[in-house]
Amino acid sequence: MDIIWEGLQRAFLLLTGGDQEVWQITLLSLKVSGLATGVSLLIGLPLGTWFALGHFPGRRFLLGLINTGMALPPVVVGLWVSIFLWRSGPLGNLHLIYTPTAIIIAQAIIATPVVTGLTVAALQQLNPKLRLQILGLGASRLQMILTLWREARLPLLAALMAGFGSVISEIGASMMVGGNIRNQTRVLTTAIVLETSKGEFGPAIALGILLLLLAYLVNLALTWIQQQGEGTSSRLM
Amino acid sequence: MISRENRIILDIDRLDIHEGEVLAIIGPNGAGKTTLLLTLDRLIKPDSGQLYFQGIPVETIDELKYRRMIGLVMQDPLLLDMNVLDNVMSGLRFRRMARYEIEKRAKQWLQQLGITHLKDRPARRLSGGEAQRVSLARAFALHPKLVLLDEPFAALDTPTRIRLLKDLKSLLASTGVSAVFITHDQDEALMLGERVAVLLDGRLRQQGSPQEVFSKPVDEHVAAFVGVEIIIPAEVADNQEGILLVNVDGVQLEAVGDVVVGKEVLVCLRPEDVTLWPNDFPFSSSARNRIAGRISRIVSQGALVHVELDCGFPLSALITRSSARDLGLVEDQKVLAVFKASAIHIIPR
Repeated sequence: MDIIWEGLQRAFLLLTGGDQEVWQITLLSLKVSGLATGVSLLIGLPLGTWFALGHFPGRRFLLGLINTGMALPPVVVGLWVSIFLWRSGPLGNLHLIYTPTAIIIAQAIIATPVVTGLTVAALQQLNPKLRLQILGLGASRLQMILTLWREARLPLLAALMAGFGSVISEIGASMMVGGNIRNQTRVLTTAIVLETSKGEFGPAIALGILLLLLAYLVNLALTWIQQQGEGTSSRLM
Repeated sequence: MISRENRIILDIDRLDIHEGEVLAIIGPNGAGKTTLLLTLDRLIKPDSGQLYFQGIPVETIDELKYRRMIGLVMQDPLLLDMNVLDNVMSGLRFRRMARYEIEKRAKQWLQQLGITHLKDRPARRLSGGEAQRVSLARAFALHPKLVLLDEPFAALDTPTRIRLLKDLKSLLASTGVSAVFITHDQDEALMLGERVAVLLDGRLRQQGSPQEVFSKPVDEHVAAFVGVEIIIPAEVADNQEGILLVNVDGVQLEAVGDVVVGKEVLVCLRPEDVTLWPNDFPFSSSARNRIAGRISRIVSQGALVHVELDCGFPLSALITRSSARDLGLVEDQKVLAVFKASAIHIIPR
């Protein structure tokens, strides 16, 4: 119990004291996971739309792969990204290993199947005749897709939240491709593991609280947008 | 022609939609009515055949430009998750019209459909009838050259359906827009259609005025669908200058037509064309057919009564409840079934 109590006291001091390193780690976590989620959205939203609305050979098989990808172990992703980015690997000349960019790449690979799979589900739960009605109103294909995205905005925002949630809290890939280098690639999850391994529970608890707070605030913002959009009129075009 | 998985969904030789007319297409579920409508809107591509719009092959018209000349109203209103005004404006926004013009037109059509008071209400809080009015306003606000309506009132209760039918009829008359109205309900087709086409199993069996289609069906399948309940095999025994004597199970009936003697035919008769009289009633009438029979069943249908008779062959009559009461009709009663020669429609077999 002393460990817990002392840890909580140190955590409080760190958080209220404005520790530079703690805030640097927090901002880096937000940056890499935010960018990774953004990349996964740029890939996953159109890809999920294509799967949801398209009919082509092998569609079900590929969809099965995407759904399997939602459960990709982060360490396995980290392993393969490391292999590719390793100095002697196929992309070693890019010198990306142990950089924040490497973490973004790995996390984007983790988040993309999540966003894609949930986008497919979001669009498939719409009435299949809605697409025909929208086209029947004179919409172009792009306008039809944008309208369907708007109609499915609540579950699509949920997909975004799920994508972000899958990467902000992962450690395996971040550790393997980032290396947990101080002031360079140390993020909240890798820092927590390090502090815990040193027996420094105060900093570990502080970082844990920050991680929870970060995840909560981002999801709160997205939830607020999601609930604002529920049933109110808005212009898409 | 359209086929899917080796099954013919639509096989139509020719269908004309004249400018300014309302064409009602009737048929049972699964006949291909919706497929036909979506094909007319170029949302389904036919496997073979050609569509023409105002004499121009449709393939030569830009697909988007073509679709923007058509208004589509489906059976479910399929409104977007926004308020009523925004829904009505949605099609106009796709066309990137000027903002003031969009709002002006949308409000005009809300007023036409009597739903201005609903303009700020979210679409999901509308009743079925209100939602379908919004769907109509949304389509008509586009000022289409052709409106395609796929059983828009099928899911509504009778009073709402009747009100909307009347409103739609007056809208179509005032705008003069061409329309194709799909329905499985004959009363709707009779009320709205200037011309009626019967679609069965993907094929157009008959096209013509409502009078022609409902009184003179071309074959027994069309006859059965348009409510001709009495369809009996017979043989032409005599032909005296257009008055036919047909033999139905030993009973002689008089009909109007031009069929050679000895030909096997089908005698078609609508139950509403049969009147019932007491068996021994001494009356004078121009009706040539007076057949004695016995009532086998009486079924009440609201304000009407459906009476099934055994006259040596099955016959039925549809009379008002008050007439049934005045006649004191009961099962097993002997009555006289009376109908005109012109009420019989002959289909050669």
